[in-house]
Amino acid sequence: MAEQVLAADGTPLKASLNRALRRQKMRALILILPLLLFILATFIYPIGQMLFRSVENGIVGETIPRTVVALDDWDTQANDLPPAPVFDALAKDLAVAVELKEHTRLGSRLNYELSGISSLFRKTGRRVDDIGEIYTDQLIALDPAWENPATWVTLMADPDWITAQAAWDGEGDEPAFVMSATAIDLLPQTADIYADFVRVIQSEDNDSPTEEEPWHIVSLALYQDLIASPSVDIPGPLGGLVSTAAAAAPSFETEDVIATFADVDDDWTNPDVWETIYTYSPAYTNGYFLNAIDLQKTTDGVEWQPENEQVYLTLFLRTMIMSLTITFSCILLGYPVAWMLANLPARKANLLMILVLLPFWTSLLVRTSAWKVLLQNQGVINDLLVWVGFIADDNRLALINNATGTVIAMTHILLPFMILPLYSVMQTIPISYLRAAKSLGATNWTAFWRVYFPQSVPGIGAGSILVFILSIGYYITPEIVGGTKGVFISNRIAYHISSSLNWGLAAALGAILLAIVLALYWAYDRIVGIDNVKLGG
Amino acid sequence: MSLPIYATTGQKIWYYTFRVIVGLILFFLIAPIIIIIPLSFNAQDFFTFTPEMLALDPEGYSLKHYRDFFSNQDWIRPLKNSLIIAPFATIISVSLGTLAAIGLSQSHVPFRRGIMAILISPMIVPLIISATGMFFFYSQMGLWMENTFGISKSLSGYIKVILAHAALGIPFVIITVTATLVGFDQSLTRAAANMGATPTVTFFRVQMPLILPGVISGGLFAFITSFDEVVVVLFVGAAAQKTLPWQMFTGLREQISPTILAVATVLVGISILLLATVELLRRRSERLRGMSPT
Repeated sequence: MAEQVLAADGTPLKASLNRALRRQKMRALILILPLLLFILATFIYPIGQMLFRSVENGIVGETIPRTVVALDDWDTQANDLPPAPVFDALAKDLAVAVELKEHTRLGSRLNYELSGISSLFRKTGRRVDDIGEIYTDQLIALDPAWENPATWVTLMADPDWITAQAAWDGEGDEPAFVMSATAIDLLPQTADIYADFVRVIQSEDNDSPTEEEPWHIVSLALYQDLIASPSVDIPGPLGGLVSTAAAAAPSFETEDVIATFADVDDDWTNPDVWETIYTYSPAYTNGYFLNAIDLQKTTDGVEWQPENEQVYLTLFLRTMIMSLTITFSCILLGYPVAWMLANLPARKANLLMILVLLPFWTSLLVRTSAWKVLLQNQGVINDLLVWVGFIADDNRLALINNATGTVIAMTHILLPFMILPLYSVMQTIPISYLRAAKSLGATNWTAFWRVYFPQSVPGIGAGSILVFILSIGYYITPEIVGGTKGVFISNRIAYHISSSLNWGLAAALGAILLAIVLALYWAYDRIVGIDNVKLGG
Repeated sequence: MSLPIYATTGQKIWYYTFRVIVGLILFFLIAPIIIIIPLSFNAQDFFTFTPEMLALDPEGYSLKHYRDFFSNQDWIRPLKNSLIIAPFATIISVSLGTLAAIGLSQSHVPFRRGIMAILISPMIVPLIISATGMFFFYSQMGLWMENTFGISKSLSGYIKVILAHAALGIPFVIITVTATLVGFDQSLTRAAANMGATPTVTFFRVQMPLILPGVISGGLFAFITSFDEVVVVLFVGAAAQKTLPWQMFTGLREQISPTILAVATVLVGISILLLATVELLRRRSERLRGMSPT
């Protein structure tokens, strides 16, 4: 067995080397770490968060939880309205949501799926606090004590909380409300909605349940509890009051909640509205992604959007086609320039290179404004064409606010990204190969096409992928010179973020775009290598 | 590839046609940028050459759009904002980016490819997607900063935009500095250590002066990225952080005013300066490393 080699301090050399290597690795990582954390925190995490929005759908379940639970029992295939308990649940949920001003947000969310829901929710929100009033009136007629907030507090609150509340000096926040166990046990529905009532009163209005009369919907819940258990026996001083009400309840004049909703708006009797709520009740949805490719979720499964609402596939296709057109124009214009640069003497080539690099360094906004000015109907290009007599003065070319404008401006903007990689590949192709081909009898064309061109293909590949990746994500230039027919998917994303506020859909569109770009980037990495990205030659 | 003396007529025709074609393409590249310069001196509020301008009549030219640029608060404030945001973003990108690039160019870095991919990602991800992600993230972060540290809305707005722009500039710093470090002779640091220099001294006295050109051009890239950036600032910033490109974008989208041409001309001047600096630095560093004979 070979003798172990020792380092100067007597440790085995292998261990010593390993330790040095480990220290070196650690030092490298410590240098990288601050930046890595910075990028992870301020870039990767936000993008992940955005992608999460494309499936996140908690708002329905959070705003109308009772309705979502009640809808579970609804048979969606029967094409009927949901049963009455669903309407009761919705009345309760909306009573809470209206106080928290959350029903309009939910309305806007569901409006993305079925237009009209937003106004339906707003309209209903104005009327929902009347639901159950008929029960309140009858309870008060039975015994005026029902009008007193203290009666309700005594009935619903835990005795300890009542003591704590009485001891509270009015400074700071009122002690958090505690529901009495008996109330939860014996009057479950009333306790459920009363808890929400107190939460809203205490946190939103900074008021006390001892001062505020409960919502009418609480009376409705109490009525339902009393009907469900007519022989309810509440211990304590209020036992008599409640049993009197329980005895009278069967003879109460009742309110048909379904009819009330239908009276607010006929749409509530439309099963489509309910199907939409039902379809979008889970906390996560693939609905945004389906919408992003012109599909929609229904209770019968996935279907195409109506013909007139299919925009996104067309838009994706247009983005692709226009990016391809731009890439192709860049190859066409970039190839001769790169050839020239690669085959001129260094001094001349450097001079021409400046003509390529100056646009590369010039502000994107400057170049876009230049095109906006040049391409206008009364702009320099049209003026020139009219002056030459190419076109009539009254028949000026429409060069801007359409796809033509976008393609021209973006070809100009992205051309340096094609020329630079092409140039660096062409520099490595010896021109003597062409001479050799010609001396063997090839024509100029054959020599170029069979000898030179195949060697320049890697440059075309690198440049094309680069230009294509950059162009499918472009926003500024299409927005300014593209009008309506020349815009890309990015413009739609921006529209959903800043105007329509349909953030989920924007996130889904963004996720698809990102997936395409990453796939192309992966291809770029395979062909060119991530380390070979060069800037400015 | 000059034309040989024995070239046929056809070859001669092709030779000159090809040069004309290349000339036209280069004209297409450069003309839109050059043409706005004379247009910006237009005495009228038009976007084309007036008859007076074509006749080279001094009456047709004026500096009024420049006067507007430098006196109108709608342009002064964005200019100031740009000049506040871009330097700070550049400082962050350059300091963090240079350190990381040095770390990355060591010989044994675990997960090098993965780390590189993450650090380069702000350049790969389409701006609109970065902007969307940052929009949500920074609106929460802004609220958090205002509530936790009690800083004003305007200050937190600047911090948000500066951090966002720093992230966008980092890939450029990483790429240029790692490229410079490829030619850096590691035995120099070893020699310095051998002679008793601490790592800090080695870094500032030996390594930094040699890679400085790369660091400066990376910084210039980061600066121009921030100075020229619209999409992210549009989503992350508030009206108080309106930058020059943002104001230009609004101008182009809504009511286009000829002042924009004066602004554009000034920006072209800045680009020419930056381009010249970067080119000089690149040549210097290539000469130092003996990589280029010119």
